Amino acid sequence: MALPQFFSSGTPLNAAKKGRERVIEIIVVATVVLIGIDLIAKLAGRQFSLGVGPTLGGDLALASLAGNVWTGILVGLIFGLAGIGLSMTYSILNFANFSHGDLLTTGAFTGWGVALLIAGWGVGDAGYLLFARSGSGPGPSTIGASIVASPVAIVAGVIVAAVMTVVVALLIDRLVYRPMRDRGGIPLLIASIGVALALRSLIQFMYGSRTRGITATQDVRREVLGFSINLHQVTLFVVALVLMVTMHLLLQETKLGKAMRAMADNKDLALVTGIPTERVVRATWILGAGLAGIAGFLFVLERGAMDYNLGWFLLLFIFAAVILGGIGSIYGAIAGGLVIGLVHEVSLIWVSSDFNAVAAFVIMILVLLYRPEGIFSGVTTA
Amino acid sequence: MSETVPGDDSVGDGTSPDDGDGSGGFMGWVQKSDLRIVGVTLASMYVLFTVLVLLEQGLGFDSVNSVVGAWRTLTFLFAAYAVLALALNLHWGYTGMFNIGVAGFMAVGVYTMALLSGTSDPISAGQGYGWGLPLWFGVIMGTVVAGLTGLIAAVPALRLRADYLAIVTLGLSEIIRLLAQSRDVSTWTDETFGFATGGGRGFFLPDRPTEAIWGTDAGQSFVELFTVEIGGDEVTLVRESIIADFSWSLVMIVFLAGIYWLLRRIGYSPFGRVLKAIREDELVAQSLGKDTRWFKIKVFMLGCALMGLGGILWQGSQGTVTPDSFRPIVTFYVFIALIIGGSGSNTGSVVGAILFVGLLFEAPRRVGSIIEAWMNLSSAPNTFHDALGSLASLDVGGFVAYFIDNLGPLQFVILGLVLVVIVQRRPEGMLGHRTEVAAAIDLERGEIDE
Repeated sequence: MALPQFFSSGTPLNAAKKGRERVIEIIVVATVVLIGIDLIAKLAGRQFSLGVGPTLGGDLALASLAGNVWTGILVGLIFGLAGIGLSMTYSILNFANFSHGDLLTTGAFTGWGVALLIAGWGVGDAGYLLFARSGSGPGPSTIGASIVASPVAIVAGVIVAAVMTVVVALLIDRLVYRPMRDRGGIPLLIASIGVALALRSLIQFMYGSRTRGITATQDVRREVLGFSINLHQVTLFVVALVLMVTMHLLLQETKLGKAMRAMADNKDLALVTGIPTERVVRATWILGAGLAGIAGFLFVLERGAMDYNLGWFLLLFIFAAVILGGIGSIYGAIAGGLVIGLVHEVSLIWVSSDFNAVAAFVIMILVLLYRPEGIFSGVTTA
Repeated sequence: MSETVPGDDSVGDGTSPDDGDGSGGFMGWVQKSDLRIVGVTLASMYVLFTVLVLLEQGLGFDSVNSVVGAWRTLTFLFAAYAVLALALNLHWGYTGMFNIGVAGFMAVGVYTMALLSGTSDPISAGQGYGWGLPLWFGVIMGTVVAGLTGLIAAVPALRLRADYLAIVTLGLSEIIRLLAQSRDVSTWTDETFGFATGGGRGFFLPDRPTEAIWGTDAGQSFVELFTVEIGGDEVTLVRESIIADFSWSLVMIVFLAGIYWLLRRIGYSPFGRVLKAIREDELVAQSLGKDTRWFKIKVFMLGCALMGLGGILWQGSQGTVTPDSFRPIVTFYVFIALIIGGSGSNTGSVVGAILFVGLLFEAPRRVGSIIEAWMNLSSAPNTFHDALGSLASLDVGGFVAYFIDNLGPLQFVILGLVLVVIVQRRPEGMLGHRTEVAAAIDLERGEIDE
């Protein structure tokens, strides 16, 4: 599709393209403005009509909006955290990794297995706890895995989630992706679908198919300065934020980060410059998979329950986040994650819960169609 | 491509030259004609499953019913997957469009058919109901609407890179499934159009047209042919329900043959040659003055219409349907079938569907029941750690029993691994090496003459 480059910028072809882009821009801006007016009117408790179309405004409590925004940010941080890894493998290894969601599942199950074992030591059978409550045994509130009752278990769970996911990802890379390094994006993508299927079913085989409650919620909700705060949500928020800042420092300040950015930019040039590309690839998997595993663990900390499909259901949202932010940019992935998370939760003000996932996917498709470089185009700093 | 032989896709043409791999013997005879390849693969699957059923149940008059029952299931799934794999081959194998939204287009076909031709009084409240129009109308419209959905998707999406197209089509198929799942959409269609999609409760579908045959006198006397007197006892060798199901599978085979013929015609037409050119190098095709965008849109529509038809023949013929039948996993099944057979070859798509259904989809469960029947296993442990515990106490039976008990997930593990191994070791599939040349005349032969 390099043909248009032959023409100078003044041709009718380009003018038409520019015109279409402007039309789309106007539509997007108009929609955003309309939604904003509607939201303000709703908050003010006013209702009015524009003459055509549905009436704007209505009644909406500020607290309810704040609740939606807060959940949106939390979900968005999960999407962003997981999206960093997906974005890195996409730009450095050059393929859309469809098994990334199941890395979240891996982290969630292995991490929570250990967390439950520590939190519920002596309460239940060790095998029952280590396999994340598969079979019959004491319930989540008896085991008491919460940040209040057993902070050590949660910290250990986060670490195990990261380590085990990294081990699994490196093993998969060695067996599946490494022999196919130079085969192009599509064969790797197909292979990753196979990996996703195998990994998810292996987890189902080992841990069972049941959706299980995991966390204890006693005393997790606290009153602080008049606000009701969920300590698990605060934990998620803090851990995610710390990890994101660490990633930023790592990529900007270290030699490894520079090498990764160089490789994402131009692989051959990186190779002739003497960058040990295989080592960079390994570092990519370690960082990406570690973050994915922790994201899966934290997601369950907030939700309180999990099943083997957890990561697969999140995959399209993570893709949406990465695409929105522009593939290859970790800041884009974080920002895109927040946008998708907010869309997912705040859209509930206008549409029923049947459609909020649809809204997120529609945005993903529209961005891919009309702005494939992402909404923050041009910033590809690893 | 020294193996390339034009016209090797010709059915029943025993005189076409050998394609290098099969040098004499039985395999050589088989490889000379595509009909033989399909026939031999199919026959070996029937034989395999006859053996498997007999191993499980032992020789006896009851086993006849089970064997025919297994054949019925195989035939039904062969036809279903073959139709879908052929449609996907048109996208991926012929034109290089990476569509992983097959399930979504199937859902559009099935739901359109159901809404037009479904019963107009729902059996239970909240269930989907339709307009009660004639079935043939619903089937045609289902196919057409699936094609039109393809058009809507294709116009903006086909200029995307292959991996972006994959994500867009997967997202689209999930959007379609979520809309079918939605209670609000069902209520809205109920109030606005006088039909309801049923949400998660799904739909009761029209009967298969073949069902009517078995109510007639001629049908009943045909069924009675399978009840014979042996030693003074009346023995029903094959039950009526299985005969009725089988007749529908034969209808599907007829559809399959028609679609195969259609795609073969397209593949060897000037239109098909442009498609192959696009797959190899779109820029070259453009430089030769072909409007590749239009070609791709047309092919995308046709493939999506066939996916809709395949969905109707398969999911639309099973009495009920829920949105759960259209999870992305269905798309991946079809993809695995296509890749096993070799994308780019119509015959490969059919062979891939047969091998996928036979070896990967149905066989593991059969083998599991054989092991269960023969090994007289102790009751299976409930969890993996109990199974590990029984292994530690040297009770291998308990460990094996856990595997048999959890064949479902294990089968998916195998499917995933097979997909990885094929992509790594033999990306061209079973028959993908027989590249269909785009040129009308044999360029290869000219080179040899020089």
